[in-house]
Amino acid sequence: MISRPLRVLGVVLVVLVLGAGTVGAAPAPGGTVRSEDLRIDVLDGPAGNQPQTLDATLWLPATTGPAPAVLVAHGFGGSKDSVASEARAWAERGYVALAWSARGFGQSTGQIALNSPEYEVADARQLVDRLAARPEVRQDGPGDPRVGVTGASYGGALALLLAGNDPRVDATIPIITWNDLGQALFPDRAGAVPAGTAAASAAEPDGVFKRAWSALFFSSGSRPAPGQEQAPPQVCGRFLPEICAGYVAAVTTGREPAELATFLSRASPASVAGRITAPTLLVQGEQDTLFGLDQADATARQIAAGGGTVAVSWFAGGHDGGGPDQRTTTRMQAWFDHHLAGTVADPGTAFTYVVPSGVQARRAPTQRTVTAAAYPGLDGGAGPPRQAMPLRGGAQDVLAPAGGAPAAISSVPGLGGLAGAGGGDGEDDEEGGDTGGPGGGGGGSGGGVGASALLGRLAADLPGQAARFSTDPLPARTVVAGAPQVRLAVSAVPGRPSGEPVLFAKVYDVAAGGDAPGTRTLLGNAVSPVRLPATGPVPAEVTVSLPAVVATLAAGHRLEVVVSTTDQSYAAATLPAVHRIAPAGDATLSVPTVPGDVRSGTSVPLAPLITAGLLLLGVLVAWLVARVLAGRRRRRDLEPGGALALEEGLADTPLVVRGLSKSFQSGFSGASGLVAVDDVSFTVERGQVLGLLGPNGAGKTTTLRMLLGLIAPTAGELRLFGRRVVAGAPVLGRVGAFVEGAGFLPHLTGRDNLELYWAATGRPRGDARLEEALEIAGLGGAVDRAVRTYSQGMRQRLAIAQAMLGLPDLLVLDEPTNGLDPPQIHAMREVLRGYARGTGRTVLVSSHLLAEVEQTCDHVVVMHRGRVVATGEVAELVANGQVAVTVDPGRRDDAVSVLRGRNGVGVEPDPGDPDVVLVDLHGSDRADVVRTLVEAGHDVRGVGPRRRLEDAFLALIGEEGPRP
Amino acid sequence: MTTPVDETRTLPVRVELARQWRRRRTQVTLALFALLPVILWIAFSVGDAPDPGAAATSLTDLAQASGVNFAVFALFSSASFLFVVVVALFFGDTVASEASWSSLRYLLAIPVPRVRLLRQKAIVAALLSLATLVVLPVVAVVLGTLVYGAGDYLSPTGESLPYGTALVRIALAVAYLAIHLLWVAGVATLLSVVTDAPLGAVGGAVLVSILSQILDTVDALGSLRNVLPTHEVFAFADLLTLDVDGGDLARGVLSGLVWCTAFGATAIWWFRRKDITS
Repeated sequence: MISRPLRVLGVVLVVLVLGAGTVGAAPAPGGTVRSEDLRIDVLDGPAGNQPQTLDATLWLPATTGPAPAVLVAHGFGGSKDSVASEARAWAERGYVALAWSARGFGQSTGQIALNSPEYEVADARQLVDRLAARPEVRQDGPGDPRVGVTGASYGGALALLLAGNDPRVDATIPIITWNDLGQALFPDRAGAVPAGTAAASAAEPDGVFKRAWSALFFSSGSRPAPGQEQAPPQVCGRFLPEICAGYVAAVTTGREPAELATFLSRASPASVAGRITAPTLLVQGEQDTLFGLDQADATARQIAAGGGTVAVSWFAGGHDGGGPDQRTTTRMQAWFDHHLAGTVADPGTAFTYVVPSGVQARRAPTQRTVTAAAYPGLDGGAGPPRQAMPLRGGAQDVLAPAGGAPAAISSVPGLGGLAGAGGGDGEDDEEGGDTGGPGGGGGGSGGGVGASALLGRLAADLPGQAARFSTDPLPARTVVAGAPQVRLAVSAVPGRPSGEPVLFAKVYDVAAGGDAPGTRTLLGNAVSPVRLPATGPVPAEVTVSLPAVVATLAAGHRLEVVVSTTDQSYAAATLPAVHRIAPAGDATLSVPTVPGDVRSGTSVPLAPLITAGLLLLGVLVAWLVARVLAGRRRRRDLEPGGALALEEGLADTPLVVRGLSKSFQSGFSGASGLVAVDDVSFTVERGQVLGLLGPNGAGKTTTLRMLLGLIAPTAGELRLFGRRVVAGAPVLGRVGAFVEGAGFLPHLTGRDNLELYWAATGRPRGDARLEEALEIAGLGGAVDRAVRTYSQGMRQRLAIAQAMLGLPDLLVLDEPTNGLDPPQIHAMREVLRGYARGTGRTVLVSSHLLAEVEQTCDHVVVMHRGRVVATGEVAELVANGQVAVTVDPGRRDDAVSVLRGRNGVGVEPDPGDPDVVLVDLHGSDRADVVRTLVEAGHDVRGVGPRRRLEDAFLALIGEEGPRP
Repeated sequence: MTTPVDETRTLPVRVELARQWRRRRTQVTLALFALLPVILWIAFSVGDAPDPGAAATSLTDLAQASGVNFAVFALFSSASFLFVVVVALFFGDTVASEASWSSLRYLLAIPVPRVRLLRQKAIVAALLSLATLVVLPVVAVVLGTLVYGAGDYLSPTGESLPYGTALVRIALAVAYLAIHLLWVAGVATLLSVVTDAPLGAVGGAVLVSILSQILDTVDALGSLRNVLPTHEVFAFADLLTLDVDGGDLARGVLSGLVWCTAFGATAIWWFRRKDITS
């Protein structure tokens, strides 16, 4: 058989596929990472004498030898467990990673001090001491481990504060964190813009209370300490009393208490950023109404001013969205890999930001990363280009309602995360990406850009409370990157109450909606609150820094600056007032854009492509090998003695069947089920018209299917013209077959079917004898109709004609007269007899009808229940020289003796019939027999051949009888 | 004596193509894909003035920006389902439909060697699938350019590609899809030799695709999802940017080839040893 090359092909392919799988999976470096749970005792407080115990986990890499360390700090409300996957990922990358629960969180003792230098930062410095004592950690000097700090939100601020307070820190990656916590929670965006950088925003003291976020923050820190769960809830939770008092005062007055301001400023990276020398990668989110892009901007400016190395990366996520994308994660890894491990080239300090789109692919929005050589304006030079867009809409009067209610809606803290949970999980392909999400911080993580953008459309302003100033439709698409600025003039309205205006400025992207109002999307879901001194009739001019965002503005869209008196997320003014607001200065909106000046270039990873190439090569090689092996096998098979060799002496014998058996397996058990053909042997000689006779189910069709190589015998063999039949054996080309019904393409005409069938044999068209075949089919004009319109009989005739195409040496017909009417049956018989007669061609006909075989065939093989029960010439089996003579029943014995007296032998009474005498003629004329009887005075009622074939047939098939 | 059959010349591609081409199914499929851009254009024209008010810029908003944008939109709307159905239809039908017509046994008795039969049928199915895959963007580009002009391609992330470059990128995207969808061809061919019901083979391949897409949404599967055959179906979006990040594209090409080889080899192995009882 020729199956071995295919088996080789199979093995080669399996190996290739497995190989491809392993290459494609690209195992993460590391392997087994160990972890060690620790309780670390520290001393902190203003005097450094308050003992606390921190709950920590040390993750150790699989690599041997000292490795650089990474401190992984958690977000607000989290614990060491919420950053376990990040810490583990760093360990897998070859770092010693230390995750701990900050004081006041998780199983650590102590109270929350908001990253105060005396408390959390002091704790973290002692953690660095711990790392200096570990042999697994690479040391830069005595007591100075090689260590980086990373963390998101609350943890990010700790990273900056630690880097500012402890010169042993070698690199840091703060994620979505604050620069000035007072400014983040009590923002005031009115005033001089401090720098020319993209997201630089005014930051005046005593701003507007960011009530909603602060409440969320406070409540997540108010959970009971371990062991206190059953006690009645405490007002201050695990907060330090002075923070708690400050918060309560802020909520009740809506203003920032001075003591709290002092405390917050000490807990802000702004206080130490100028001292940070460790290379810092600031990762900030574009969807973040808690710690916006302006916070990272300020930190970057302070670090750069102090001479530190700083890079900025904005991603499409944040406290309102998801975690960093794959590119950003890769950049973070490269940052530590270079600055801590020194294993990769300097990643540089380019500025990258992500422009998301509304296109969802793999459930995550597609996005583009824009790269600029540096954060524009950081070196004190010119900032990013700004576009001045004239604003339409003159002075407008707006009402500040008493109590600040009802209020406009902008962002809803935490809702972005909730909505995002149903919309997608960020865009990471690779699971287990490092330094993942924002990690707590009160806001939700795992949101989606699409969800945030959707929320942007829910933003609503209340009529009478908002002034609107609109730009002209944009002439071209613009990608805003940074904080737009606008100059406003605010004055009191004569005859109306005035006061200290608290205003909320924001920018909408307004689609050109024709007549209908266009769809409005609040950029960044964010507002810029401003608190102005008491106004008089003379307009006071002020520059307002609008929220820093990244957004694509379509051509034809307009930008709308809206100044509202209320916002649900903030503590607005409670005294009612009316303000007059108008654009001031040159009455333009200044919109920053940061063009990408670094092309990342087209990159194609080679590993998958090489694997694909190897796979294709493998398939090609496997195919060639299979071909060569098949060819060699074939030659060997064809040699004398080979499996497919011509058997001597049988070259002229159309068909030899030897010991043929076929059993079909039943079900999946593999056990032999039905035995369809059992040890069948017979021979068809050249020129014969052989009938294969048997009732339905006798195994005729199964035998014929094996003859055509359609099914493989279980045992035995068939030889056509001396060659063994296997699937697709070339000798089958000498056979024309019609087996078990017609098989035509229903959409083609009869003629097309035959023509295409012949074309499929690849033989010359002229050899087909198409017209002769069509004549036999006798379809007339119907031959040019689609086969699907044919009757059963027409298909049958067309199929027989197809079998006769090219006048095959052996014509095999299975029940050819089924469905034909009597004249057609008669014509078919003539055709079959004529096909073989005198031409040397052979016909094999199967039938369950005795009469048909008797009238069509000269030889017969009788099958029953899979076995051959009789073979021979039809004439011999049918007549065998015997006649049956019917006489009067009462005188049969006399008739027998009369005839025996005439020639003595070969006369006997028919055992099954009381009036029949069976006579062997032995060459004599049946007329003599009749005459003898008549002369003896008998009435001869009938003379006919004795039907031994029928007898045999009926006897064989027993009581069940031939099924119709 | 009968003319001998040269098995290397049995069932030539041109004959098999003629057998398949004359099927109403083939013609309707091709016509439908040629018509789809026209239907999209009518839909855009009938609808009210474009409402570019989606939360973020989507391909739908940009579809009427230029001819190439229109073609990209048409590709995106067809990639994950329509094209899968087409490939499943052409490949799933190969052997199963012959079996259901009972014509398979006559082809095999010619004799057409079994592997050759599968090969010739796969070649023709590939040609027809490719024709369908190509006709859609070609018609979309031509129609879109006539209606919306030969402007730059505008990406949803705010980039622009010149018209000519965009045409090249669309051609590459079609080439990517053609390779990526090979996995569907493999599955459909395997099902086609396993079952005698064409509907079972075509429907089965489509179901496998849907199942894979559903599994792709199960976050719990983590990085296992990367090996799902449908995972990278939209990777061609990466071709439509100034800087092409070929990571997903390369993975998509590899995944298409690996799955196709695995399923295709199984199909050959199965068909060679199968008892043809249809």
